[in-house]
Amino acid sequence: MFGPENDPGSSFVTLLRRVGIEPFGVGDATGGVAPSTPHATTVLALRFDGGVVMAGDRRATVGNRIANREMEKLMPADRFSGVAISGSAGPAMDMIKVFQLQLEHFEKLDGRAISLEGKANQLSQLVRANLPAAMQGFGVYPIFAGYDLLRETGRLWDFDGTGGRYEERDFVATGSGGGVAGTVLKVGFRPAMPVEEAVTLACRALHEAADVDAATGGADALRGIYPVVATITKDGWMRRADDDLAPRFEAFRTEQRTILEGGAS
Amino acid sequence: MNQPFYVSPEQVMKDRADYARKGIARGRALVAVQYVDGIVLVAENTSNTLRKISEIYDRIGFAGVGKYNEFDSLRRFGVRNADVKGYQYSRDDVEARSLANEYAQILGQTFTHEMKPLEVEILVAEVGFTQESDQLFHIMYDGTLVDEQGMSVLGGDAEAISARLSETWRKEDDLRAAVRGCVAALCGPDRTLGAGDTEVAVLSRSNGRRCFRRLDDAEVSGFLV
Repeated sequence: MFGPENDPGSSFVTLLRRVGIEPFGVGDATGGVAPSTPHATTVLALRFDGGVVMAGDRRATVGNRIANREMEKLMPADRFSGVAISGSAGPAMDMIKVFQLQLEHFEKLDGRAISLEGKANQLSQLVRANLPAAMQGFGVYPIFAGYDLLRETGRLWDFDGTGGRYEERDFVATGSGGGVAGTVLKVGFRPAMPVEEAVTLACRALHEAADVDAATGGADALRGIYPVVATITKDGWMRRADDDLAPRFEAFRTEQRTILEGGAS
Repeated sequence: MNQPFYVSPEQVMKDRADYARKGIARGRALVAVQYVDGIVLVAENTSNTLRKISEIYDRIGFAGVGKYNEFDSLRRFGVRNADVKGYQYSRDDVEARSLANEYAQILGQTFTHEMKPLEVEILVAEVGFTQESDQLFHIMYDGTLVDEQGMSVLGGDAEAISARLSETWRKEDDLRAAVRGCVAALCGPDRTLGAGDTEVAVLSRSNGRRCFRRLDDAEVSGFLV
């Protein structure tokens, strides 16, 4: 037990350090060649009427090789928020684990959840702590989104490698296919969209990104692997089933086939 | 130089035990019972913010009676201990038995080595995947650890409450019957308790990963009508 003078408070990271565990791979690793590690790619989030939609493809790559077809880059952070990562997969997974634990730890110790903005701020501190690793090529670039119970609206943030935290008004996409996905969102976005339209738009953005970016995996109908798509509303996190997503991707393919058969090159 | 008076160890221990027991008896009691879907914990508590019952980990709950600041610091210890263990090993490696042992050590150490014993009694409950593997560990102010079967009563007037509860309690009860039985046992025949006077939480097998859930006043009053 800790005395009042060295009590770590409600912070899980501080607690880990008090008991002698360093949660981040800091240390002097300058020089040498960074080992090749899997990278996670396109993730996005957008607002709709009543919350946010988050989505992430399933592909992880090492150089030009597909390392994993089933990676889940989008996870619930707690009941009312989600976190999606692009960048170096190993540190990113560790960061998400610490982040989820941090939110739960605070909630249990204090008897209430952190505010949505507080959660974004916590994630920003974790990204900042990863800066030395980012300098060596192991950067983590998350998106954080959730339902703000105080303001009764969906909100979303993205982060740069230094922990810089930017709240976005309507949508954000990041990762190697983020440019394409962001453009699709930008063209298709309307304020206060119905949820089903927002889910379809998120799927379309991933579909188009996968069409252009080799490091982004689209829907893999052959293996039955579909992107992770979830909505977060006042009722909390809800992941969409593959059965719900499959017809949307099938529709994109049909549309594309029709155009190609119509003579477009 | 004054020589200190000789006091026999028996007397020291007895005085400390009396002191702790008196402190605990001043507070209101708490019960926990198995029901068909898990474990329900019911405390007499008029405060809506200072909790006696809380979540430690996915399947583990904590309850304390006696001096609030003392059992609350034990609760915080439990949350920290469980979260660090789950981080270092796996979520499956966090269990009530080892935590109960640590609590017994802390309370036992304090009882024998400190001037003042902790004026608390605590309960560590773990909901199993089946009713047979549910666990209730009751830890006394002196570190005595009891593995209780089916039901547990903490705090003042425990014997009378326990007698009342054992007449009505059945482990096949649903949540409504279990809550009604616990509240009736807590208040006895001469008075009544409303939802506002109680604090109720469950460790439920059907609540997903985090089994702990608080019942709000509306839900509890629904059970009590």
